[in-house]
Amino acid sequence: MSDNEVAMPEHAAHAAAVAALTAPVPETIGDGGAELVQLLTPEGERVDHVGHPEYSATIDELTDDDLRGFYRDQVLIRRVDAEATALQRQGELGIWASLLGQEAAQVGSARALRTQDYAFPTYREHGVAWVRGVNPLNLLGLFRGVNQGGWDPNENNFHLYTIVIGAQTLHAVGYAMGIQHDHAVGTGEPDRDAAVIAYFGDGATAQGDVNESFVYAASMNAPVVFFCQNNQWAISQPVEKQTRIPLYQRARGCGCPGVGVDGNDVLAVYAVTKAAMNAARSGQGPMMIEAYTYRMGAHTTSDDPTKYRVSADVEVWKLRDPIARLKAYLTSSGKADKSYFDAVDVEADALAVTVREGCLSMPDPEPASMFDNVYVDEHPLVEAERAAFAAYTASFEGGH
Amino acid sequence: MSKIGIGKAINAGMRRAMERDPKVVIMGEDIGKLGGVFRVTENLQKDFGEDRVIDTPLAESGIVGTAIGMALRGYRPIVEIQFDGFVYPAFSQITCQVAKMRARSLGKIKLPMVIRIPVGGGIGAVEHHSESNEAYFAHTAGLRVVACSNPEDAYWMIQQAIESDDPIVFYEPKRRYHEKGEVDLTATTAPRSLFEATIARAGSDVTVAAYGPMVKVCLDAATVAAEEGRSIEVIDLRSLSPLDLDVLATSVEKTGRLVVTHEAPTFLGMGAEIAAAISQRCFYHLESPVIRVGGYNLPYPPSRIEEDFLPDLDRVLDGVDRALAY
Ligand SMILES: Cc1ncc(C[n+]2csc(CCOP(=O)(O)OP(=O)(O)O)c2C)c(N)n1
Ligand SMILES: [Mg+2]
Repeated sequence: MSDNEVAMPEHAAHAAAVAALTAPVPETIGDGGAELVQLLTPEGERVDHVGHPEYSATIDELTDDDLRGFYRDQVLIRRVDAEATALQRQGELGIWASLLGQEAAQVGSARALRTQDYAFPTYREHGVAWVRGVNPLNLLGLFRGVNQGGWDPNENNFHLYTIVIGAQTLHAVGYAMGIQHDHAVGTGEPDRDAAVIAYFGDGATAQGDVNESFVYAASMNAPVVFFCQNNQWAISQPVEKQTRIPLYQRARGCGCPGVGVDGNDVLAVYAVTKAAMNAARSGQGPMMIEAYTYRMGAHTTSDDPTKYRVSADVEVWKLRDPIARLKAYLTSSGKADKSYFDAVDVEADALAVTVREGCLSMPDPEPASMFDNVYVDEHPLVEAERAAFAAYTASFEGGH
Repeated sequence: MSKIGIGKAINAGMRRAMERDPKVVIMGEDIGKLGGVFRVTENLQKDFGEDRVIDTPLAESGIVGTAIGMALRGYRPIVEIQFDGFVYPAFSQITCQVAKMRARSLGKIKLPMVIRIPVGGGIGAVEHHSESNEAYFAHTAGLRVVACSNPEDAYWMIQQAIESDDPIVFYEPKRRYHEKGEVDLTATTAPRSLFEATIARAGSDVTVAAYGPMVKVCLDAATVAAEEGRSIEVIDLRSLSPLDLDVLATSVEKTGRLVVTHEAPTFLGMGAEIAAAISQRCFYHLESPVIRVGGYNLPYPPSRIEEDFLPDLDRVLDGVDRALAY
């Protein structure tokens, strides 16, 4: 995990947030509007955001190694994602929710976290999981149907995937409240102060839970960053069904300032998330980030997007590919060359093989394991049914 | 006669209801262009327009809450909940609002709405997509709860539910959406009341009660049992609230034995209510206690072992054996 803390001028993040509060409201939601923070154009040109030089300063602090890491993470997780899709097609996974197109939003935001920060994902945050150090096979296990997640959230401060839309945003706020109660906010100690990041989609912004989480976060001044990946779609529903204003403005009315960022620009996502997390850790309260991106694939492998969207839209977004743009920048700036990119590709293919083999050799759980872990303490009904199940199963083994 | 699946039959039933009554509207997530994730509303938006087949924002409490408002204004909303596990954000609206409004108004208002829920497991899904939550709603006074098990019933029951002036929770057996059966799409009258149980297969030794996705399992079990010389009568309950105890009691008085099956956990499930009611009503006819065969009292397990959780043909026959052992 990267940990390149950049000393922010005090309150700069908050100043940025306040400035964003007064940003003009665009006429339409359209292409995200000119006010989206962008530091890397789709062509891979490094640009500054007028009015917010602190974002560029954050990027200027990064080493070439860091920048190559941003690239490597994205390529590797995209490769894992492609392998998972293939495994689903071959019947090895029940379903898979692809992150294709959202690599920059996920890798950029996750790299802005410190070890002690905590992330609450949806079901699509494979890139965040990767950066936090969660073994991709854990993710595949859930989609294969051998468990409902199963990883230890406290190992990487990465919570279990949440499938019920929006529910995790409240958990994130509650966790952040716990951080406050622990006096782990605003002490100025870099290893002590912590914040929480809550991931959710554009569709989720309609849910009551998500809106309540904005209210709670603001009311409690909780150290939480709401990170909304606006990938333009909630299954078949375009984002316009959920909102009539840009999503980054949605939490403002509750008291959470918002910033919109080009979600396919990993540098901008990193800088903006870093500023928001710094602000939260330092006690300045919650913020919302909208990462404007696109779901390049189907909603899941069960979905058929030809029913509701035209491929021309997808083609437009291909030109904004997050990996291609970083690659162009790394190349033109001389920070990486062909041999580096080739090496990453080789590494990605090797990782895919590991993931595939790991998936194929993943055993089905013992049926009786369903009686485990329902409660902390023994429960008589569970134990009675466990015994009945064992006896019933044994009756077949007895040669019926 | 047309040979269609349950999903298509519900689609055809809703189509007819919408043709008949301009007040019928459908509300839900992804029901328009996509036709719903199970395609049950396929083409309805195309044919009836976006103001009658309403794609809602992604919020179930919102769907049900606003459907209540539509009903108060004189509409007959059909609400589609995408999966059983996603009805819970709307739980308060359904149990505190939908269920009680008529009583609170001393009968002055009615809420003719249908809440459609694809229910049950067996489709290899991730969590929250395989729940059987009928007991929560059957437990709630003010709601009627029905569960169809075959295309012909699906076709008629959805129309009857839409015509009902009471709110109805309508369960659709998702793993059977594509199982086909004969439906007369030209017939003009429903074969029976919405709240009547039916004898799905006649028999004499043991009564097996089922609803929704379990009916087929029980019919298959009866076929196997017949080969072994045991005669099972399968009752398709169809309605869970109200319960048609007459049909069930008549059967039990004949066979003397009852096995109740459902996918939902048995603890405080429909089987518990049925066992209590039938024990009381048929006490002197019973040769054995009422046996329940259902899911275990656990969170629905990961899909790779869901077959061990769901009551299957063998578990039904095991229940039958246990009933006959008395
Ligand atoms: C409470 C709830 N309702 C419905 C669903 C079914 N569902 C799964 S994903 C999804 C769309 C989510 O869209 P968005 O929040 O934009 O996230 P994305 O899938 O685009 O990442 C829906 C409706 C669900 N999982 N939970
Ligand atoms: Mg989305």
